[in-house]
Amino acid sequence: MEIALSPLWLSFQLALITSILLFIIGVPIAYALSQSRSRYKFLWEAIFSLPLVLPPSVLGFYLLLAFSPNSGLGLFLKDVFQIQLVFTFSGLLIGSVIYSFPFMVQPVQAAMENLPKSYNEAAQTMGKTRWEILRFIILPNIQPALLSGLVLSFAHTIGEFGVVLMLGGNIPEVTRVASLAVFDEVESLNYSAAHFYSFILLISSFVIIALTYWLNKKAKLIRL
Amino acid sequence: MIEVKVQKRLMTSDGERDLKVDFWLSPNQITAICGKSGVGKTTLLRLMAGLDKADKGRIKVGADTWFDESQNIQLKAQERRVGFLFQDFALFPNMTVRENLSFALQSKEDSYLIDQLLEETGLQKLQDRYPRQLSGGQQQRTALARALVQKPAVLLLDEPLSALDIETRLKLQKLLQQLQVKYEMTVLMVSHDILEIARLAHQIIKIDNFEAQVYDQVQDAFPMEVIQSQIHALEAIYQSKKTNPKPR
Repeated sequence: MEIALSPLWLSFQLALITSILLFIIGVPIAYALSQSRSRYKFLWEAIFSLPLVLPPSVLGFYLLLAFSPNSGLGLFLKDVFQIQLVFTFSGLLIGSVIYSFPFMVQPVQAAMENLPKSYNEAAQTMGKTRWEILRFIILPNIQPALLSGLVLSFAHTIGEFGVVLMLGGNIPEVTRVASLAVFDEVESLNYSAAHFYSFILLISSFVIIALTYWLNKKAKLIRL
Repeated sequence: MIEVKVQKRLMTSDGERDLKVDFWLSPNQITAICGKSGVGKTTLLRLMAGLDKADKGRIKVGADTWFDESQNIQLKAQERRVGFLFQDFALFPNMTVRENLSFALQSKEDSYLIDQLLEETGLQKLQDRYPRQLSGGQQQRTALARALVQKPAVLLLDEPLSALDIETRLKLQKLLQQLQVKYEMTVLMVSHDILEIARLAHQIIKIDNFEAQVYDQVQDAFPMEVIQSQIHALEAIYQSKKTNPKPR
């Protein structure tokens, strides 16, 4: 029996690129939120946390509508940039970034808010810019949270189902990630292949999470 | 001269109150700020540093205007030359003692100051340690050295010695005094300790009922019985140390 490895490889690529993108986008947003004294901060926090409670199929459905070439945005992307996001890997990436957003932003923002305010203020009196404060003081002192954010985004993207199904369309070699492959194989009663994908997902998820807890424990020991 | 004439609304346990202060700081002198808790002593330091914004008034340091409500001037904390010694010291945990100092350095030409201040504060041997590996007194000295490396126009100290035991406190008072004379610093220091104020301060600002009074002498700022009760308290501590020496 031939079992395609492409779903596993696709899942891995998707999760890796999603985590990296989220790190680049999420850390500045977490920083802005942690510094914000705006009265509308709660609204931003609610929007960024929405993917936590929204059924993935709902998110996938709206993204599908938005990116479809029949919609304004989809048409614009197609005409101007020749980009099609529906049923493509790039579309999956955008969906995953949105879907896993809170898993990066929340731990990082919480850790930033837990740092004494005096660090930031002391650095300000030293003439340091916001960027310098972020780079040299805040990020080095929240390493465990950064690691958690990266790992959780990675693991959560691997575990994604509804969004990728809606937006990706389950196309072999293009958008059929491992979680979809499991579903497919079960539907066609091919349990041994389903086992193969499931077991690898189970073990790799466990290893990733266990590794994070272990690293965080070590980081805490070093700091104490 | 440094002119501080500001008004700032405070949220107190009795509702909103306006802190009103109006005083001059003489250069190269230590000025102590005292008063009950919650009257805005720390706020006053934060207004000086640019970490909070006053509602009215102005702050002028020599020819520079740091704050002027009527002209809409509010220099950022980054643009004022202040050293701020926080109650919790605010040492950066990811940097060693030496790195904390060099991070605060304003220009490369001053880098000689790092070694000089490490020596003067007795920290050379501890320079490669991280803050968590230091005692309270050592952390305090690091924070003081770090503030001085900046060559601040004004050094702001928020109850710098309150968390330390009495012996460390006396040693650090002496150190602070020596460094203030040597580096000709203008110091504004919040303190509760009348004896500390008596030892160090050239001028006393007492905030009472949200207004500031300026005094030149401790005996004018505090009633005699308050001063005496502090002296008695100190004597009692010494007596108990004599009779129950710390086991070593």
